[in-house]
Amino acid sequence: MFPSLTQVLDTLFNGLVSGQITLAIGKSMGRILLGFTIAIVVGLILGYFIWRYKLVEDTLGFVVTALQSIPSIVWFPLAIIWFGLNDFSILFIVTIGATWTMTVNATSGFKNVPQLYQRVAKVYGSSGFHFLRTVILPASVPQIISGLRIAWAFSWRALMAGELLGGGGGLGQLLEMGRSLGQMDLVISVMIIIAIIGTIVDNVVFSRLERNVEVKWGIRKRA
Amino acid sequence: MYLTIDNIQKSFVNDRKENVKVLDGINLNVKKGSFVSIVGPSGCGKSTLLYLVAGLDKADSGEIRVDGDLVSKPGPERVVVFQEAGLFPWLTVLENVIYGLNLKKMPKEEAKAKALDVLKMVHLSKYVNSYPHELSGGMKQRVSIARALVMEPDILLMDEPFSALDEQTRMVLHKELLEIWRKTKVTIFFITHNIREAVLLSEEVVVFATRPGRIKEIISVPTMKDGVTPDSVTLNTEQRILSILQEEIEKVLKEEIGDDYSFKTDHLHRGDSGDMGSHI
Repeated sequence: MFPSLTQVLDTLFNGLVSGQITLAIGKSMGRILLGFTIAIVVGLILGYFIWRYKLVEDTLGFVVTALQSIPSIVWFPLAIIWFGLNDFSILFIVTIGATWTMTVNATSGFKNVPQLYQRVAKVYGSSGFHFLRTVILPASVPQIISGLRIAWAFSWRALMAGELLGGGGGLGQLLEMGRSLGQMDLVISVMIIIAIIGTIVDNVVFSRLERNVEVKWGIRKRA
Repeated sequence: MYLTIDNIQKSFVNDRKENVKVLDGINLNVKKGSFVSIVGPSGCGKSTLLYLVAGLDKADSGEIRVDGDLVSKPGPERVVVFQEAGLFPWLTVLENVIYGLNLKKMPKEEAKAKALDVLKMVHLSKYVNSYPHELSGGMKQRVSIARALVMEPDILLMDEPFSALDEQTRMVLHKELLEIWRKTKVTIFFITHNIREAVLLSEEVVVFATRPGRIKEIISVPTMKDGVTPDSVTLNTEQRILSILQEEIEKVLKEEIGDDYSFKTDHLHRGDSGDMGSHI
């Protein structure tokens, strides 16, 4: 039942060349990028309101912390009832998996902006949107990046689970297809791809982003 | 009078929900182009007064006017230099200095030229494109002064700007600040707990009493025509301010340590017992 290494590599290579795996990668990446982007935007906006208004913090802030502890796949049954077993349901759980984490991180990022920076900006006459854009947002960038990193990990997991159950193309569905055909070499190939993409995004994209910011700010010395 | 502070009252509510009076009936007039320092023991409300003038905080009663206009919110004509430089770490030195000019909607080229000019004045032309973390403490504070000066403020408010720096750097910056003041004719409102600093720099020293903060005495520092004050005069003025402050320091210590401590008697006692019959 367990395939040989050469068989796996053969399937992996053929899948990439023939487009079976490549297409699935494209489909999955497209989904996660969309869901992730929505989650970032929603998370930042919610974070802003929680930071800005005490009432929102006491109400929504508490709910968000509770929601954050729900694994995103748990939302799937609900999503199927609301939207049907389709692409939209998958997108929904990908987004919701990242949104709460993003909200929590954005809130604490905004809250931890040093009083001194805020005073300086006010002295020079900054207020309203300008204040938000030039002080609050950039000052919370380090925290937001670490939020992005965790949010990405959550939505990547949610995406795989969603595709596995919901179909509609993508790496998760390919995995499910391999299982139903008893094609273990395909299953392992897809697992390898999933691991590679996860690692690349975490180590290349987010680590580099984090390091650049830290070096620029002087938190970390240039290596 | 240029800056008028009229009967300011300000209290805070502390952790134990008690009302604590920080400023009690402050009246002060500052002439245009003058250099006024405020000295006082820690916690006497001198920084609070500066925040009120800056518009970062509101008084309970009384009013502050600059050139006749009532101060109600922060504005670029009253810029603050804080104890810590407070430069934005995500901007370069130049971008930090331009920050306020952008808010004034000054054209980009003009703003840049102006910022470069001011950076030259504080001797930082070489570090225009550096990030704040690459600078030393003194350099950071110079950028922060440049960022304030570039706004061409009516009043430069300085809140213990040199107290976090080492002695040598502070001496250099004292000289530079005086040069800048003579060159730009800006009115400087300077908060410090360092009596020497106050006497060295300013024309007028306002001595604050504490708990609640009020003005105890205003001492003008005599200056010679060439702008240099002889050491003996400086020393004398320093001694005078110290003796005024003694009582205040004692009050603070008594409150903090208890009644067993007395700054003055402690001093006298040692004098008596230390006299080993040398008068015989």
